[in-house]
Amino acid sequence: MTDAAVTAPATADTRKAGRFLYIAGVVLLCAWVLVPIYFLMVNTLSSPETVNSFPKPFFPEFDFGSLQFFAGFAGMLSALKNSIIVAAMTMVMSILIGAPAGYALSRFDFRGKELFRLLILLTRAFPLPLLALPLAVMFIQTGLDDTKFGLALVHTTLAIPFAVLITFSLFSGIPLELEEAAWTLGCTRLTAFTKVVLPLILPGITASAIFAFVISWNEVFAAAVLTIENRTLTAFLLQSLDTSPLHLKFAGGFILVVPALIFIFAVRKYLFAMWGIANR
Amino acid sequence: MAEIQIKNVAKRFGAYQALHDINLTIADQEFMVLLGASGCGKTTLLRIICGLETATEGEVWIGGRRVDHLAPKDRGIAMVFQNYAVFPHLTVFENIGFGLRMQKLPDDVVKKRVERVAGLMHIEMLLKRYSGELSGGQRQRVAVARALAMEPDVILMDEPLSNLDALLRMEMRAELKGVLAESKTTAVYVTHDQVEAMSMADRISVMHQGRIVQAASPIEVYRNPAAEFVASFIGNPPMNFLQATSAGDGKWNVAGKVVDGPRAAANRPLQFAIRPEDMAPANEGLEAKVRIVEPLGAHLLVTCDVEGAMFRAVLDSDMVVKPGDTLTLAPQADRVRWFDPETTLAVA
Repeated sequence: MTDAAVTAPATADTRKAGRFLYIAGVVLLCAWVLVPIYFLMVNTLSSPETVNSFPKPFFPEFDFGSLQFFAGFAGMLSALKNSIIVAAMTMVMSILIGAPAGYALSRFDFRGKELFRLLILLTRAFPLPLLALPLAVMFIQTGLDDTKFGLALVHTTLAIPFAVLITFSLFSGIPLELEEAAWTLGCTRLTAFTKVVLPLILPGITASAIFAFVISWNEVFAAAVLTIENRTLTAFLLQSLDTSPLHLKFAGGFILVVPALIFIFAVRKYLFAMWGIANR
Repeated sequence: MAEIQIKNVAKRFGAYQALHDINLTIADQEFMVLLGASGCGKTTLLRIICGLETATEGEVWIGGRRVDHLAPKDRGIAMVFQNYAVFPHLTVFENIGFGLRMQKLPDDVVKKRVERVAGLMHIEMLLKRYSGELSGGQRQRVAVARALAMEPDVILMDEPLSNLDALLRMEMRAELKGVLAESKTTAVYVTHDQVEAMSMADRISVMHQGRIVQAASPIEVYRNPAAEFVASFIGNPPMNFLQATSAGDGKWNVAGKVVDGPRAAANRPLQFAIRPEDMAPANEGLEAKVRIVEPLGAHLLVTCDVEGAMFRAVLDSDMVVKPGDTLTLAPQADRVRWFDPETTLAVA
């Protein structure tokens, strides 16, 4: 009869098709991320024999043979320990340096503030392989080569931009009036910080620390170049990848992926905050 | 228990001069309102008294002690902020007791004082709550209670009611006035709302472009504005102005009428000023052509045209007036004010 009667079912159809595409897209993207992780888990939790046989299983057998073999592999446990220590040092250092920078950026006006913000991001613009050689030479000269502290320094450099940006957005989310109120109520700048600002941003600081931990935990290039004896897990696995059996690779990959995944999931809210998406 | 003296205070932000040579004395226990449009410097002046901002020049004295070099916590002041600034991670009790805890007072003293001021502000039942669980009005009460708990010499308030809705604002206005009068503290209150200023203040300092134009009691500011700015800023609707030319020896020509005026001014034109409510229809007076009639219930607001100038009159609500009518309005002689258009100051 009228145009509306004709077009109405058509729009309903396009809407349906759009919805189908949307859901298909979501499923595809989830599968893209989740399927490899699932296979990693299945193979890790299967016995070495199953892993090396064909066809592969689709469900885990919950056999800890592979993990046991992984734990018993020479040098693996000390590499795991190194990874944890380096990541912990990175975490502490990047917060100690990054959080005050974030506070300064959000609370004070100073010359070159915008430039400073840009420069922080630029530290990530140089590919690490480019820096690796001069860095290695410098580390050998200063005796920092092959030490956990030296590696943690490099990882801190990588983690600081994120620490600064996350804490900057956290501090900016706290009204200056709260601090001013604390000053009028008997606080100094320092006590106002510890009694008012710190309790409010502590969850965010924790998130930022965990993110720094993950950055260090996942980093492989600097670790491989700068350490020989004190290898971290990533560097160790990279080194022994071609010579080790399949089930060891799976177990190692799983041990690497899982903590990072859990941590990132736990702090996702604050990572959104870093990009300026409101988190409250 | 404290008089505030502001001596020659000036403040510059880079090239911008926010305050020019401010001199003001606020008596002990006085309720002083700093009134002005936004950007006039009233908040800056308050923050200088508070210590959150440092003056570029000049001195601030509180209770006979020079304080402009002291941190806010050492000045014996407490402040209520526009956005309340109630700490979100503490309960209402801990918020109110925050300043007392900083002074390391024993628990029982803190408890007693918190409960007393909470009672004053009617928030005893909220003491265990967090700021996120409070309404705007309740947060405002917590902020005031927190300031009162400090038992300060001076309480400073920066537009404390501007974020509340109209009804609540009226209620809080009266309550705040009562509580502050009882606490016997000196109060400095910043607002852009003239009704708030008129209803609460012992004295109003009207500020304009970084200067105090007039500091006087509300009724004085209303009746005898010291400058054209004050006359047009205070009063709703504002004062009416008409050009006046000298007709010799204390006589002035206003819109074709001869009116008695100041003798002092020479042969320069003056501004004739009258409040809208100080006029009544009469046989003799200014010829006003009615443009708009607004019945406001209690009275009638009539916007007219007197010799091309806009002219408002507040008339009795029983009067029958319609647009296009011509009214003859007689100004009440003792309420007429005169201003010098060059200096914009009042002429006696």
